[in-house]
Amino acid sequence: MTVAAAGAANLVQSVDWAAIAPPTIAAVVALLVLVADLFVPKERWQVLGWTAIAGLVAAILALVPLRKGDRSTFCLTTDADACSYTADHFALVIQFLVLGGALLTALLSLNDTKERLPAGEFWFLLLSSAAGAALLPASRDLATLVVALEVASLPAFALVGLKRGDRMSGEAALKFFLSSVTATAVMLLGVSFVYASTGTLHLTEIAQALDDVPAQLETVAKAGVALTLVGFAFKTAAVPFHFWVPDTYVGAPLPIAAYLSVVGKAVGFTGLILVTVIAFPTYADVWGPALSVLAALTMTVGNVAALRQVSTRAWSAVRLLAWSSVAQAGYLLVPIAAAAYSGDDQIGATVAYALMYAVVNLGAFAVAALVARTHPLNRISDYRGLYATRPAAALVMGFFLLCLAGLPPGIIGLFAKVTVFSSAVDAGLGWLAVVMGVNVVIALYYYLQWTAVLFRTPEGVPVAAAEGVPARPATAPITAAIALTAVAGVVLSGYPQLVLRFAADTLF
Amino acid sequence: MIDISESVMQFLLAFIVVGPLIGAAAALLPAPPGLKGKSPDQAVLRHGVTVTGAILAAAIVLTLGFDHDHPSKMQATTDISWIPALDVRLHLGIDGISLPLLVLTALLTFLCALYSYFRMPAGPSPKAFVALLLVLESGTLATFAVLDLLLFFLAFEMVLIPMYFLIARWGGEGRQPAAWRFILYTLLGSVVMLLGLLLVGLKAGTFDMVALATDNGRDITTSVQVIAVLAIGIGLAVKTPMWPLHSWLPDAHTAAPTVGSVLLAGVLLKMGTYGFVRIVMPITPDGMHILAPYLAAFAVAGIIYGSLACLSLARTGAKGDLKRLIAYSSVGHMGFVLLGIATMTPTGVNGALFANIAHGLITGLLFFLVGAIKDRYGTADLDTLAGATGAALYGRAPRLGGLLAFAAVASLGLPGLAGFWGEMLALLGAFQPAEGLSRPAFLTFMAVGAFGTLLTAAYLLLVVRRVCMGAKPAADQPALADIQTYEFAAWTPLAVLTVVAGLWPAVLLGLTDPAVQKLLAGGKS
Repeated sequence: MTVAAAGAANLVQSVDWAAIAPPTIAAVVALLVLVADLFVPKERWQVLGWTAIAGLVAAILALVPLRKGDRSTFCLTTDADACSYTADHFALVIQFLVLGGALLTALLSLNDTKERLPAGEFWFLLLSSAAGAALLPASRDLATLVVALEVASLPAFALVGLKRGDRMSGEAALKFFLSSVTATAVMLLGVSFVYASTGTLHLTEIAQALDDVPAQLETVAKAGVALTLVGFAFKTAAVPFHFWVPDTYVGAPLPIAAYLSVVGKAVGFTGLILVTVIAFPTYADVWGPALSVLAALTMTVGNVAALRQVSTRAWSAVRLLAWSSVAQAGYLLVPIAAAAYSGDDQIGATVAYALMYAVVNLGAFAVAALVARTHPLNRISDYRGLYATRPAAALVMGFFLLCLAGLPPGIIGLFAKVTVFSSAVDAGLGWLAVVMGVNVVIALYYYLQWTAVLFRTPEGVPVAAAEGVPARPATAPITAAIALTAVAGVVLSGYPQLVLRFAADTLF
Repeated sequence: MIDISESVMQFLLAFIVVGPLIGAAAALLPAPPGLKGKSPDQAVLRHGVTVTGAILAAAIVLTLGFDHDHPSKMQATTDISWIPALDVRLHLGIDGISLPLLVLTALLTFLCALYSYFRMPAGPSPKAFVALLLVLESGTLATFAVLDLLLFFLAFEMVLIPMYFLIARWGGEGRQPAAWRFILYTLLGSVVMLLGLLLVGLKAGTFDMVALATDNGRDITTSVQVIAVLAIGIGLAVKTPMWPLHSWLPDAHTAAPTVGSVLLAGVLLKMGTYGFVRIVMPITPDGMHILAPYLAAFAVAGIIYGSLACLSLARTGAKGDLKRLIAYSSVGHMGFVLLGIATMTPTGVNGALFANIAHGLITGLLFFLVGAIKDRYGTADLDTLAGATGAALYGRAPRLGGLLAFAAVASLGLPGLAGFWGEMLALLGAFQPAEGLSRPAFLTFMAVGAFGTLLTAAYLLLVVRRVCMGAKPAADQPALADIQTYEFAAWTPLAVLTVVAGLWPAVLLGLTDPAVQKLLAGGKS
């Protein structure tokens, strides 16, 4: 570094511990759980779960003092504006999203860790991944970004493969791992190209440096930008980097599938937003069209595949949610693409949509986890007549599905879609808005079909319930997760401003 | 007519929109002690009658409190910010255009609830039925009462889910595909409409219908207006339905239970035409001007197509379903409404609004009657009903036959009944269309439309002859129940209003005309 002569004292960056508290708490509790696992007797392993949950709650609470969104730390001693960690509004909202998502995942997993999953490892991995995911939105240089991304995804591979003795789980983990590692390698190559051509890793400085790259380095810079974007596109499961999604979701434990669909996706999007909007605005004319085409492809492929799911096939419910999450990723990409045309105010629409999607999708997975207790195969046909056996769960599930479809009474889903539409219209991307419109209709078909199944009269006499499988009551944590998401969904439907306000102001 | 303070009026309008929703939630809960009735089913059906009755009473009080001297002024307005991020405001209000539709909706829903209380359609529990009916009512009433583009869209969408379930759960043969077709068509239309609404809102900087109507499209360039009219128009045209986007309608009507058909034809279709008058015409007048001749052309095509389809269904040996026939006749009638709107003259638009109400009353009555016939005979197939010579309803159930003949004659536009004025005014508007519109084209449309009235008369009279007349039935045939008391109660208001509106059209036109003048003039009244 050039400042070596300035003396040792100046090299030490000041650390604002309060600002970095949310990811730090998650990481520290993760280590704590890992160590405690050695000493806690097997019959009291539930303690670990509750510790992890408490840690996540504490991490969420640590966001409260930061709510003004003006903190940043790890700044260069030579340039106070170039910081590696910034707790602005964007970072805080995404941190809230991923920590909240992890919390709900933890609630859903409490039972599984009692029966099927190794408790200590599970909680450690979940918390580490959450810590990485929480670090990512705040990181403002490429090195921190890549590290955060890896911290978030490496434990996720292990989580997917954690089902002991389950061949599918191992296969899913391997598939996920191999494709993800390839993407990371590509992204690292891209990052190094960008570093080579600009001489800095800080996003804001890259933005300035990219404006006047020396002519002979221009190709390197362009290649670097493209490769970096490919890496993030993979993490968001954008088409054509989506093929790992369905098998991974089906093979993973159900709560982990929920985690991947919400937190994993949020991680990818945050990274994509940070590099496109903050670091590479110079190349907006390149990534703008690319992202809009990607968005159109992603939503179309996801929806068409979801439409083709056969409801009697094993795990069709999870498969459908997996494909629908690919489609939803397409909607999430629209405002980012729009930002290329009309400024980064559009990003708020992605954030608002992601918040809505997180609440609703986690809720749907929570109900799926509940149904999986009596129907381990989790076919959509298993949901037939849910209203007769569990009226509240069926009503809530219907609400979540209609939110995902974007139809009243799922008002929040509708208005989140409206913000995305309006960002596309505002940016002059009329064709993308129309493609999205057609996709919304396709998606409605399968969401509504599932909703209709919930309220059908149950097939035949419930013999199986009477003789074979005993009716297993819902456990308190799953009920709590469903209730939490349902209340959040209903409150948001009554007062959408809570999340939509992010769509109205600048977040950075 | 009577003086009611503004805050009470505000409350009444808000209650009319929100009341059914609360009622729907209450319908899902177990009945409180004291209101349990004879059985849970009876209690919940009674709950439906009570709630819709209360809403109808509120609508009537609202009408009485409405300042009839200034029907062009928005009254009972509420304007609260709801989602500042999207600039969505809870802006409610009524004027002379929306008030009649509001009352019509409240009336028809009440009559449907009353009818179902005595004759619940076959299907799953009435609990969900009542709840869905109430959500449907709320959505429809909200469509006519809101003054914000995005809220309008929300209300427009709100009716889809309840109607889907009403058809798919309580419908007749072929209900699943029909329900799917209904919801997918309408949704595809309304998504396109949303894009148009967003385009208008973003270009003009506000989603408030009153402000936009006052601007009269001054802030929006003509090319944007044309795109917006196309997009919004497609959404509304699917709902109306305009030929050739009507193909969801016959199936949905045929499969829907009686009350579903009544509400679908009586009020849901009106949401489309209301949108044309309230949104497309005043907010994007230049675009509408350019596209009006095309709209008129499609409208008259619909008139002719609907009538010809009905004629072919009414023929002997065509195996025509009576419900399907009435559904196709709706395509024709709504064609007149669209033609009236496309003329962009006060005469034509007033005619359109009048025809809207008349169609709601008459077709509502017709669907009730056909539903009753289907209940009695077990089929609505015209050939099975009529047999060799005719169903001879005059002889077997004279009152039912008489009322059917009355409704059919009203529907074909006999002067003195409600059906006449709307179609006459719409044609009159086409005779002298707004400035800038090609007169020869509209004269042709008028001539074709007038020919359509002849075809309408032909098929309706054919239906009357085949259903009401016929050889004296053999003595061994089972007796046919004539109109029951509850049917009498549900149908009389419609018949009476048809006569009243026919004899005293000024009651309605006096309400709509000033408001239409204002909308066409761009709020400069």
